[in-house]
Amino acid sequence: MKLDINGQVHEVDADPDMPLLWAVRDMVGLTGTKFGCGMAQCGACTVHQDGVPIRSCITPVSDVEGTKITTIEGLNGKVAEAVQTAWTELDVPQCGYCQSGQVMAATALLTENPKPTNADIDAAMSGNLCRCATYQRIRAGIHEAAKMLG
Amino acid sequence: MRHDPTFGATIANVSRRAFLTGIAAGSLILSVGLPVRAEEQKYAGDGMPNGLREDPKIFIAIAEDGTVTVLCHRSEMGQGVRTSWPLVVADELDADWSRVKVAQAPGDEARFGNQDTDGSRSMRHHFMTLRRMGAAARQMLEQAAANQWGVPVAEVKATNHEVVHKASNRRLGYGELAKAAADLPVPPRESLALKHPSEFRYIGKSETPLIDGFDITTGKAQYGIDTQLDGMVYAVVARPPVFGGTVKSYDDAETLKVPGVLKTVAIEPTPAPAVFQPLGGVAVVATNTWAAIKGREALKIEWDDGPNASYSSEEHKASLETAVRNPGTVVREDGDTDKALGSAAKRVEAEYYIPHLAHATMEPPAAVVRIAGGKCEAWACVQSPQATRDHLSQRLGIPVENVTVNVTLLGGGFGRKSKPDYVVEAALISKGMDGKPVKVTWTREDDITNDYFHAVSMERIEAGLDESGKPVAWLHRSAAPTILSIFAPDPKQEADFELAMGLIDMPFDIPNVRVENPQAAAHTRIGWFRSVYNIPHAFAVQSFAAELAAAAGRDQKDYLLELIGPPRQVDTRKLAVTWNYGEDPAVYLLETKRLRGVVETAAEAIQWGRSMPKGSGLGIAAHRSFVTYVAAAVEVEVSENGALTIPRVDIAVDCGPQINPDRIRSQMEGAVVMGVSLATLGEITFKNGRTEQANFDTFEVTRIDAAPKEIHVHLMPASDYNLPLGGVGEPGVPPIAPALTNAIFAATGKRIRRLPIRDQLAT
Repeated sequence: MKLDINGQVHEVDADPDMPLLWAVRDMVGLTGTKFGCGMAQCGACTVHQDGVPIRSCITPVSDVEGTKITTIEGLNGKVAEAVQTAWTELDVPQCGYCQSGQVMAATALLTENPKPTNADIDAAMSGNLCRCATYQRIRAGIHEAAKMLG
Repeated sequence: MRHDPTFGATIANVSRRAFLTGIAAGSLILSVGLPVRAEEQKYAGDGMPNGLREDPKIFIAIAEDGTVTVLCHRSEMGQGVRTSWPLVVADELDADWSRVKVAQAPGDEARFGNQDTDGSRSMRHHFMTLRRMGAAARQMLEQAAANQWGVPVAEVKATNHEVVHKASNRRLGYGELAKAAADLPVPPRESLALKHPSEFRYIGKSETPLIDGFDITTGKAQYGIDTQLDGMVYAVVARPPVFGGTVKSYDDAETLKVPGVLKTVAIEPTPAPAVFQPLGGVAVVATNTWAAIKGREALKIEWDDGPNASYSSEEHKASLETAVRNPGTVVREDGDTDKALGSAAKRVEAEYYIPHLAHATMEPPAAVVRIAGGKCEAWACVQSPQATRDHLSQRLGIPVENVTVNVTLLGGGFGRKSKPDYVVEAALISKGMDGKPVKVTWTREDDITNDYFHAVSMERIEAGLDESGKPVAWLHRSAAPTILSIFAPDPKQEADFELAMGLIDMPFDIPNVRVENPQAAAHTRIGWFRSVYNIPHAFAVQSFAAELAAAAGRDQKDYLLELIGPPRQVDTRKLAVTWNYGEDPAVYLLETKRLRGVVETAAEAIQWGRSMPKGSGLGIAAHRSFVTYVAAAVEVEVSENGALTIPRVDIAVDCGPQINPDRIRSQMEGAVVMGVSLATLGEITFKNGRTEQANFDTFEVTRIDAAPKEIHVHLMPASDYNLPLGGVGEPGVPPIAPALTNAIFAATGKRIRRLPIRDQLAT
């Protein structure tokens, strides 16, 4: 099976039912995408499929063949850079484990909605759990990135 | 006599952790009137197993290019220690922060000193040590420069990564001096010149961005679960669903047919008390995690559920109720509580219940271990690298010096990762795979169903009030299974360190106080959870204080301040406390002035007393834990159908001198939401010995949309860096739940006495 991840095609010997998460982590060796729940409850495994955030822990690899997958390692562009800069400037992370997913989700939000309100942020980010509870700084980080993007 | 000393001695032998939490022989011997131990009682870092080490030649490396590397032997789990430790060294060293790096020490306490990252103590115990090491290294660099220039050392000065001789305008970078400096002796402690706080560049500032911040936001940060080794295989384990259960028989025929599955490996259960050894079960090993999970689904296991097969939270709650409605072991007695209750003008009583909680670290437990040439090497997200090493050595029969524990970043810890059972599992599976590197991953279901749970507890308080509504008597009974149950056979009393978490050290100015600890048995694994028994004790004490205010028709905050009483310094030993967070009770007094201070600060910040619209209210609570004082003031809105919104929380913290204010703020922000989470949603219940929750759909934690809309952290100023430090990681949690439920009472008149709140506000 061929997977296009971060612009590079990887041939993986995966069961078609295998969630993309495990193919990315165990077969391709990209560990920035995190396992959190295995049932689309926490958002730690968020990647982009053709630019749209998906939960890789419940998405079978057979569903993503022929599409472009972006993981945290391959995330780039103006919006992503603004998010990552805001995240480091505000020191958003605590343990950091969920932050790959948070950054992926925040980038998708700002791509779609360049000036989100707090309510927009809460709605878009409520699928991404953070047990350290960095939520206040995630909100601030998204506003900060929006400001940087003008 | 509260404790059987032989029982205590057993615990001290089996558990280093138990020793450090203060249930050691010293206090136990005192409690039965035997002579005090001859040696001096040690506190703080020196009182920990393997104590403190202070040697710049171990902990600070300066490369020839000038890069300063500080070795951190504490585990990073979000508290920021990998940034905060180096910043202290860098300040005294007068290093340029952009040229400072951190390296993570493996588990080796003989070399590094105690490494247990728990008890909110990493900075508290090491601040002065880190400063002295930075200063020693700076003086060595200065000496090396003076030697090279042939000038008196007094004429040279280290400034921002170089040593300068002003008179001759000569300068040498730290990198250029490193080699010569390393050959010099470490200056004796009394010759060290520490900076005056006015000279601090990093300490007490927020000028040092997170050292791992970039790696985290770009996906490069490596957690335990991210370890990859050549030839590594992947495992998940089917564990007994009931604590104490064992495998009767299993059939792996279907499992072995799953593509990618390599083998199954039986893991022998550990007889109770298991300390940190694994539960046992059957491991499925595969070429990837998904195949291992599918293989486990295909396993047919017949379990013997063992002695806890009938554990039911509903029935257990009833037994705890019975326990607190009857007298228990007296653990503190001031005055004559019975008499004062009997003659009180009014009596108020209430019971408070907090269920089991799961840690649910975002990174579930995970570890990689390989065994080769009689040596064992582990890569793991552990809070207790040395306990990990000891448990691996013990279980594998490999001498401890042949066991290496590499500590990765931790994707959350909260006390779960103090217990390295998952690392031992990986080792046992590796052994079953001819020593191949094995990664064990706990799925979320594994994590939630087989956690070391936060203790369920029932608290009952009864007070007698005089004519003015002031309490003259206070009777508190607390019943909860103890963490000792993982260390010793079937203990039923709370340990000293649990009782001293906000129960017997209750700070109110009341003449007649009795605290009792009725028995409670453990039917599952119980373990430390961020802020530990302070959670139920603070919830009960601070809720009840508000109930008394309501009974007296008084303002909640004013009444709380009166309960705390006038500013005074209380020696906790006078409150029957034998454990003071491991600190010297003569140094760390209970200072009611500081408790009052945080109450007043939080109240002022939230504009306490302002008029609130219908359905809105303010609540407040304060608690001392980990020798830090925290008060939280919470604003709530409760809609007509009972939906809860938290527009604002003000949290004031007095932790003494502040080293990295930004990380104190972030810990408080996180603690507020964790407190909200356990108050509103958190609950593990058991039925037939099994948890009824397994993933985030059933064990819910607070999401961004239910988090407080604004959290304001107020740091109480403490400019004197010679004052003792308080903890930061944990003390923010305990006051949140009662402040929230007190606010709900103000908003609705409804008193929440059982957590979580869930749908209790629905009308």
